[in-house]
Amino acid sequence: MTRVGLVVISHSAGLAAGVVEVARQMAPDVAVVAAGGTADGGVGTDFDAVGAAVEQASGGAGVVLLYDLGSARMVAELAVEALPEPDSAVVVDAPLVEGTVAAAVAAQGGADLAGVAAAARSSAGSPEPAAPASGTAGEPPPESRVRVRLTNEIGLHARPAALTARTLSGLDADVTVHFGDKAADGTSVLALMALGARGGDEVTVSATGPMAEEALRAFQDLAARGFDE
Amino acid sequence: MGCSASDVAAAVRAAATVVAANRDELVRLDRAIGDGDHGENLNRGFAAVLASLDQSTPDTPAAVLKLVATTLISKVGGAAGPLYGTAFLRASTSLGSAASVGPGEVVAALEAALGGVVARGKASPEDKTMVDALDPAVRAAATASGSVAEVLGAAAAAAERGAEATVPLVARKGRASYLGERSVGHLDPGARSTALLLRSFADSAAGS
Repeated sequence: MTRVGLVVISHSAGLAAGVVEVARQMAPDVAVVAAGGTADGGVGTDFDAVGAAVEQASGGAGVVLLYDLGSARMVAELAVEALPEPDSAVVVDAPLVEGTVAAAVAAQGGADLAGVAAAARSSAGSPEPAAPASGTAGEPPPESRVRVRLTNEIGLHARPAALTARTLSGLDADVTVHFGDKAADGTSVLALMALGARGGDEVTVSATGPMAEEALRAFQDLAARGFDE
Repeated sequence: MGCSASDVAAAVRAAATVVAANRDELVRLDRAIGDGDHGENLNRGFAAVLASLDQSTPDTPAAVLKLVATTLISKVGGAAGPLYGTAFLRASTSLGSAASVGPGEVVAALEAALGGVVARGKASPEDKTMVDALDPAVRAAATASGSVAEVLGAAAAAAERGAEATVPLVARKGRASYLGERSVGHLDPGARSTALLLRSFADSAAGS
């Protein structure tokens, strides 16, 4: 599968490298390339380095660029304008760490350029609260749900959340993971992490759609394996 | 008599000297309301421009400006790189293949430069940025008559007034915007460097 690549632009080489490190842990098959600091190792942005990073991240499915602060955005836009095919790359306005993580997981799951960019943009702000009980017209779709206890120590944090999101993205089902009064889209890494569910906690997973049952079994499977931690 | 490629190259060299001479002042202004690197960045950029001009002889005014643009974009690691780079790039494009430029072309180049800066940085007037010097400069140039020297002289004077006018403004763009009210009372370094560059170009045009 050709996946969308990511470029992480920062005024700091360390910062860019760190964001790449975190993102790659969640998306092992995605090209996430750092472009941080100036050519002489100082604080600032490097247009040529960004261009080289875009080239390195290009696998044929396009590239999403993320940046830390304002001037990095301008360098990113200049670099995209200078490409032979400017439409093959998108500069996204999103929080750098959260956006890169969300984009990386979306790319790992095979999302296209627009999908990866959208995942990055929607990482800003907090996840949706649990939907209120339906009082509106129309039958709610048939829903299956199951209670699952998390046995791995860190629960639904980082890597387990990413593994869950990747697994559930591939299934034809809408999955929601509930913990306390919070609900998370099962395909959103950040929303899952924001539940704050840890080892020993019990979550409720509900699913609708053609593969609802498979989705619930898949989640139970992952939890039983301790999310491969 | 219009300005040739060598006239424009000479003006750029003179501008590089002005930037070097004012490096410390620009650093001081940027330290007050930014991250303190504007003077350093611009000086490094224009030093690289000088080195580029020493190595090649661009054959049109547009080619000289394009060389300035690409060098600044590559060598200036702050906001000034993309902003001045885009300004010089758009100005270069507006001059086309003309071997010599007159006052009309200079006005068009300044307008294109301003358009580029605004498109790139998305600043509005009174955001306390270089636009506060460049925008009045372009308007003054458009209504000025006479030679290239007179048009640039009018632009430079308006830019200098515009830069001074940034002192009481609250920054709404760039690093200074993080300071909010604390940016008041300081002259914007980008507006200052724009005024310096325009005055240098004006002096070069008057002297040639």
